[in-house]
Formats: sequence, structure tokens, C-alpha cells
Amino acid sequence: MEKILQGNYAIARGAWEAGVKVACAYPGTPSSEILSALAQEYKEDVLTEWSPNEKVALEVAIGASFAGARAMASMKHVGLNVASDPFMTVSYTGVKGGLVIIVADDPSSHSSQNEQDSRHWARFGKVPMLEPCDSQECKEFTKMAFELSEQFDTPVLVRTETRVAHSFSPVKLEERKESSIPLGLDKKDAPKYTMVPIYVRIRRKWVEERMKKLEEFANEFKYNTIEMNDPKIGVITSGVCYNYTKEVFPEYSYLKLGMVWPLPQKIISEFSRKVKKIIIVEELDPFLETEIRAMGIRIFHGKDVIPNHYELSPEIIERALKGKKYRPPKVRVPTEELPQRPPNLCSGCSHRALFYAIKKLGLFTFGDIGCYTLATAPPLNAIHSTICMGAGVGGAFGAMKALGKEGLGKCCAVIGDSTFLHAGITPLMDVVYNKGNSTTIILDNRTTGMTGLQEHPGTGYTVTGEPTHRIDFEELARALGVKHIRKVDPYNLKETMEMIKEEVERDEPSVIITVNSPCMLHRREKRKFEHPFYRVLTEKCRGCGLCLEAGCPAISWRGVSEEEALTQDGHKRKGVVQINRLQCPGCGLCSQICKFEAIVPGEA
Amino acid sequence: MEERVTNVLLSGVGGQGTILASDILCTVFHEMGYDVKKSEVHGMAQRGGDVTTHFRFGKKVYSPLIKYGEVDYLVSMELLEGLRYINWLKKEGKVLLNLQEIFPPAVNLGKMKYPEDIVGQFKKFFNGRVYTVQGLDLAMECGDPRAANIVILGAFSTFFHFSEEVWERNLLSHLPPKIHDLNLKAFRAGRKALG
Repeated sequence: MEKILQGNYAIARGAWEAGVKVACAYPGTPSSEILSALAQEYKEDVLTEWSPNEKVALEVAIGASFAGARAMASMKHVGLNVASDPFMTVSYTGVKGGLVIIVADDPSSHSSQNEQDSRHWARFGKVPMLEPCDSQECKEFTKMAFELSEQFDTPVLVRTETRVAHSFSPVKLEERKESSIPLGLDKKDAPKYTMVPIYVRIRRKWVEERMKKLEEFANEFKYNTIEMNDPKIGVITSGVCYNYTKEVFPEYSYLKLGMVWPLPQKIISEFSRKVKKIIIVEELDPFLETEIRAMGIRIFHGKDVIPNHYELSPEIIERALKGKKYRPPKVRVPTEELPQRPPNLCSGCSHRALFYAIKKLGLFTFGDIGCYTLATAPPLNAIHSTICMGAGVGGAFGAMKALGKEGLGKCCAVIGDSTFLHAGITPLMDVVYNKGNSTTIILDNRTTGMTGLQEHPGTGYTVTGEPTHRIDFEELARALGVKHIRKVDPYNLKETMEMIKEEVERDEPSVIITVNSPCMLHRREKRKFEHPFYRVLTEKCRGCGLCLEAGCPAISWRGVSEEEALTQDGHKRKGVVQINRLQCPGCGLCSQICKFEAIVPGEA
Repeated sequence: MEERVTNVLLSGVGGQGTILASDILCTVFHEMGYDVKKSEVHGMAQRGGDVTTHFRFGKKVYSPLIKYGEVDYLVSMELLEGLRYINWLKKEGKVLLNLQEIFPPAVNLGKMKYPEDIVGQFKKFFNGRVYTVQGLDLAMECGDPRAANIVILGAFSTFFHFSEEVWERNLLSHLPPKIHDLNLKAFRAGRKALG
């Protein structure tokens, strides 16, 4: 049977068919759907969890593997940075049940704080890496990864990127086959599983031997394939780049690498002898190119013409390889001059209300990773630094440390509920332990918003929707030693501004938690606003544009003609604002901002 | 089946249901015996930003992305988001536009103007191959403005000679039963609009 599957769903299917027993993840674009799919469609067979972060996800998967189960952890590229600590050492211990780590890159940073080429982790951590090019391969390679893991006693990385993870194509479905490895912790093998120096040194050498065996195997690996066409040009490539290049240059010969680490040196040499000129097409870093050059093979084109940043496309590859012969399509309209449509906080989002308050207070905001990062865009301009998960809490503390009393009243940290549980607890502990005075605002929207509404330890539900213990942020902050913990309804602008002002001026650690502020897209937790929508009393609106500073997608400006150039009470105006009733959920922030009582509740 | 791959670019604003429409296209063309590939970006693009989906079908499809300038059909749920991809069309390409305007932030703030006469701009280059539908109005007549994407899908379905039964069965397979009637109505309204 054949079914159209997204790359991530195909990975989930492959893991299920391979008999995976435990699967863990922290959501991150473009990897999130892998665990959702397993939890929705295969929950009878697979124990799934949203872990608090990627490090925990991998550690839980490692434990399951040591107990004999096939286990998988999936994450985005920056997630593997977080999980790098266990990753680098599980390479030494190896596995018992097959252990597969999925890492999804985001070239062009569609939804990430940086652009990374995760292939380096394979070389760095000394583990094999497979790279599928479409959904069928996503399924097959994931299955293969479990087999290789057990065969070579190693964790196996499967790398995808946006155009593989989030593309759909047909997949041949097969049945599930459980692993033959028995479950149990019966064999206590400390030299294999306990990485203390004396055993580390033994395993360190063993890892090199394993990699040699894997390299020999790579030369026989059925997914490293040569396709001979015109022998004048041979392309060495992998993953989605194969599809792009094949699309534009079907006449070339190809060496498509299904395993990108370790490299099959024999096949590469053989291919380079069969063709006149070698071209290497790879996204991001010159990973293959550096290695192949080091083999002494002459390369006709690689990163000299193909960009080492952003995602590639058929057009970019065509342009790069054709050079002066490339003829771009005709430009009919200079579309770069059109108004852009960047992502925005949803209308009614509680983050908008909170960041409007912060903007008015003029604070420097140490932001974090989540939807609220969008508050950095105009007109809010209310986030002033973003590094990684949890960095806002430590960052605000660091700034306050450097500034001393001068910093009071000037900055704050903001962090979402899911992000706080991921990486915000330890820096908050630091604020208290090292006698800081920074303010941390936890934006609790009851979900992991940006990645598509996943549960986390603060929602009270597991990935399969079962009720579970719900972490209380107030209790947690109190346990860390924070004495000043306050809760605020961010939709109450006046109260929010006053509270934030008081706390950022306080010379002690403080935490503000937003309440009754669920994500607007969240069905279970939906907040009921008092009024169904708001409307503008056009006769009163002076067109001052103050409400527009909140950047609500439902409010827009229009210029007025001579007849409308005066308000009811005789004030001159150039335009008025209007509210799109279809888009307005009635949060009422704009009516609190308006100084002329020109925005009022509407009736259903 | 001809060797050639056909390229469909769907565009719209996050929340308009562009992705759902392309999911349905995928299963319909697959059922009709084509190889298919579809690519889209999730994540930040869902939050009111522009959304595009590349959908390709043919005997064998390699790239999940359409090559710039090679679009056969541009289907846009929103006018400005259609205009943004006018240069992606082939000379002989066809355009289907939902006559809806959603203002982007710069227009809402009064800093930029929403482009004028978008349909006219398309007609200048693609005269006789520009199709327009009042997707939002028709969806509201069917009972829910959110079904505008399905109205447009219905209109787009008239470009191909597959039976109505294939389209409607695939449409319903993507939706929960309680909104089947609404979406069937919307789909048929779209078909009628261009039929």
C-alpha cells in the first residue's frame, strides 16, 4: 500500500515499522511532527513523551536502549546542541537496543535562531549519519538506522532539513517487525556503559575501530548509489540536493550518498575515475567537499560557485553551475517593492498586551525562543536580544550584574512557559543563588505555541492527552528561593505596567507570571473575553495612530477625505483607524490604549 | 501519461488554509496515478505571514521545490500574495485569484499602499488565463468564511478532467465529519463559479 506522507510522518512510520518502543522529543521546527505522529497513530505500540528538553529526550532514549528497547530521540538542529553532552558520550558506550537520533536542519532559518549544518556532529561525535532525500527514504533510512545501530553498536544520526522533513511524497507502507533483542537489564557491563576514565580510554580506541568497520561497510551500503549517464560530469551529492540537481541536470552522472558519514572512500574514488569532472552539490558547509578534497580528488566545482549559506533550490543550483550561460526568467513586476508580510503575533495574543506594556516602560528586554520573539518586529520593537532557549533569564541577570544599581528599572527577561521549563529554571536558580536582582517574566500561554501547540510539564497533559501532574510556576520559583512572585493578567494594561515597573525597580530577584493568557489558537484553554469584538467610533477617532503601535493585525489605518477631516468635537485629522470584525477576538487592548474613548465594545 | 511535470504554486496568508487545500490536491493526483511532491514551510509562517506551497505532479517528480519561472498554475488565496509570485509563472501559465485583500502590517500602519488593480496587472501578461473567484463571499454564503480555501479548491478543480466524485471523496477524507456538509457546499460553489 502507498500513502502520501510528510517526511516527518514517514520517519515516524519507519520507526514504528522498525519496532521502536520508546520515542522522545522536544518540539522544534522542522522536526516536531515526528513525535506527534508516533503519539497519534502508533500509541498502542510506542511509548512517547514530550521531554522537557532535548538533552532529557536523548537521555531517556539512551536508558531505554540500555534496557534493550529500540529507542529514538528527535530534535531540530539547535536541539542537538542541547543534547550534545549525552550524545558525545553515548557514542563511546554504544547501545543495546537500536538507538536513533533524528536531527532536522533549518537552512535559511525559516524558524530558528541560527543556521547549522548538523553533519558536523557525525564527524565530531564519531557516529554514522544517514541523509534521506524524500519521504520514502525517510521511512527506509529510519528503519535502516535501527539495524545499523544494533549491528555496529552505535547511535545512528538521521539528518533531514526543511524540504525533506516538511515535504510530502508517496511512501510504501510495510508491517511492524519487533526487534529480536530481549528487554532487560540482566547483564551488568560497567566497562561498556560506565564512562569513567579507565573505561573511557578503552572505549575511545574501540570507537575508532567501529568507525573503520563502518567505513568499510559504507562502501557496500545499498543507499550509496552510482547512476551513470553522461560521463563528462559527475555530481556527488546527498539528500534533497540530489533532487534539486537531478531536476535541472538529468543528463549528468550521479553519486548519491545515503550515508554522509563515514564516507565511502572506495566508491568515491571509483566514481571520480569514471567521470571527467566532479561537481559537489551540498547545502550549507563544504562538508563532503573538504573530505573529498582531502582524499586528493580534483574537484571541478563545489563551494566556489554554490552558496554556503541559506537553503538551495533548483534555480540556485542552475544559476551556479551554468554561470554566465544562465538566463533568468523575465521580471514582470518588481515584487521586492511590494509590502512584506512578516509573521506577526495573532490578533488577541496575550503577548501583544504584555509587550505593549514593556514598550511603554522603555525596558531593554532579554528575550527567549518562542512566538513572543515576534515582538521584536516593528511596531512593537519590544525584544532586544535573543540567543537560545533560556538565555534571556541569564542574560538579564548578567546585564544587571554589570550595571549594578544603575541597571534597576531598565531591563527584564521574558520567557515562555515551555521554554522556561526547557532551560529557564537553572538560570533563575543562579539569579537567586548569586544574589541577583533581575526580573523574569514567565509568559504562560499554556502550551508550546510556535511549534504548533505541544504539551509540556506545565500544561497538565502528556503527548497522548492523558492528564498528569501540572507544574506550578509559582511553587517552582518559590522553591528556587524567589521571594517576590506576582501574577498578572496581561490584558489589564494599567495593572501590568504598574507591576512590571515595581518589580524591575526592586533590588531583589522577582518573577512575574502571566495568568489567564492562553494561546489564541488553543482550543482547550481558550480565554473568554468580555466582548465579542471592539469597534471604532469613527466620529471620535483622531487618527493619532497610538493603537497602531500594538501591531494588531485587525486594526488598520485609512486616510480620510475633506468631508471627514474633522472629528465630532472639531479636531483635525488625516485619517482614522478601523477594526476588522472578522479578525478581532475582543481582547480590548486597543480600547485601553486609546486616549479619546474612540474604541468601544461591539455587540454580537 | 506525459513525461512533463506540472507545477502548482499555492499562496496565501497564514491561517487561510492554503496547506489544507494542497494536501487535498496531493491525494487526488496521487489517486489518479501521478507521482506527487509537495513542499511547505511550517513554524513562524503560520502566524499571519505569507504561506506558499509548492505542489508538483507528473510521471516522476524529483525536486519538492518548483524552479523559479516554471509555474504552470498560480493559485492564490489573497490578491497581494498572488502578485508576489507573478514572476514565478511560465509565459503560458494560468492564474486563479481569490478576490480577497488582507492588509499586511505596513499597510495597516498607513506606511505603504496596498497594490492597486492586481487583477489588471495579471491580465497585462496573462490575458485570457486569469480566473477570479469571490472566495470569501461564497464561503460566507455557505455558512463559514473559513471555507474560502475550499471554494478556491473547487474552482481550481475545474482545470482538470477528474470526476467530481474523486475530488469530493478526497476532500472529505481530510476533514472531520461535522464540517463535511459545509465544505461540500463550499467546494461545489467554487466549481460552479468557474464551471
